[in-house]
Amino acid sequence: MKLIEIAQRLGLKVEAGVDHLENEVRGGYAGDLLSCVMARAKTGDLWVTVQRHPNIVAVAVLVGLAGIVVTEGGNIEPATLERAEQEGIPILVSSASAFRVVGELWDLGIRGE
Amino acid sequence: MRSRGAGTRTQLTKLEELLRELRVEEVMTRRLVSVSGDFTMAQVKELLRKHRISGVPVLEGEALVGVVSIEDVTRALEQGEMGAKVRDRMSREVITVFADEPAVEAVKRFAHTKVGRLPVLDRGGKVVGILTPGDPVGRAFRVMDLRYREQEQQRWQQKGLGLEDLLGEGASLVLRFRVQGEDFAGAGKASVQAKRVLGRLGLDPGAVRRATIAAYEAEMNLIIHTRGGELTLEATPHSVVVEAVDKGPGIVDVEQALQPGFSTAPEWVCEMGFGAGMGLNNIQSCADEFEIESEVGRGTRVRAVVHLSQSGRKDRLNR
Repeated sequence: MKLIEIAQRLGLKVEAGVDHLENEVRGGYAGDLLSCVMARAKTGDLWVTVQRHPNIVAVAVLVGLAGIVVTEGGNIEPATLERAEQEGIPILVSSASAFRVVGELWDLGIRGE
Repeated sequence: MRSRGAGTRTQLTKLEELLRELRVEEVMTRRLVSVSGDFTMAQVKELLRKHRISGVPVLEGEALVGVVSIEDVTRALEQGEMGAKVRDRMSREVITVFADEPAVEAVKRFAHTKVGRLPVLDRGGKVVGILTPGDPVGRAFRVMDLRYREQEQQRWQQKGLGLEDLLGEGASLVLRFRVQGEDFAGAGKASVQAKRVLGRLGLDPGAVRRATIAAYEAEMNLIIHTRGGELTLEATPHSVVVEAVDKGPGIVDVEQALQPGFSTAPEWVCEMGFGAGMGLNNIQSCADEFEIESEVGRGTRVRAVVHLSQSGRKDRLNR
């Protein structure tokens, strides 16, 4: 499923990487420990996290993620958005908790291990 | 568009061709933000600020009835009428473009009308996106850049060029980065840069992924635990060697540091999601060869070798 469809179905706010919403989402991963994301997330996964500092962009580039969903709303540091634009990483924001976002993604057929 | 400098003529022709070839839907922003006529100007102001945009289409149901822009908001603000409804303050004469028209039509419409945005409609009249004046040309340049790179890579592949042909047998390419201790703002930059360079060399993507994840963990260790150090990635025709060297403080018990989950990172670092005690393990599991040596007071050297695909090793992180 394309990221744009997920953004629309879940009502996610696109904060960065609007040119990359055609990215194909192949699976999902949720977690806030960056090393675990590095170890377990796969290329093409959508990553659900509460982290919002600029380093999440580096993680997404290196793992080859389809995008990042930042949960529990709030403002994202401008430095994070700036880096995401540079690197072409979509950042989508939900006001819901990670639990709910993952549940909704699962309902859409997005799977993870 | 109309300037005809001799040197830029070829590029201009290419750009014009591309703007004829690309459809509006390929250069537009897919619409995610719109308002109804019931919104107040104050709500519009908030929406524009939040999404950092300069105007939005106004919809009643699915029908486009107008556009409200930052200029309309400014005027309402000056007149003290921020409580007014959008339907009374919007522009009703909306200039639009169809999604399946060539992008060049949008460029012309911007040039002739001087509007700040063009809502994009499908042939059923439904709004499917929005264009701002920079979108068509900006997107066309990106497509040109992308095609150029693809052609370049194809040229290499056709000639059967590998890193070996590029560098010559026995030579290697070394990327060397200075990493500052506690530089969380710059964290990950070296590894991301390395991934870009190694990727462009056309190396096996799975191996590049493993090498740069290892490099990232090593880079983070330098930032979290040391006064800084040096990160190098050396690409040869057969492998990528990642090495991180610092001058201290050194690891007291290396065996313990290699245990998954063991961490000495301070709490504020952990709150950012670092310091999970998985860094060295990740390096190990990404690498085909791994070495670590450390002396308290002197420093630490971590070395990870990732073999390129000739080894026949499947990329286990990228199933």
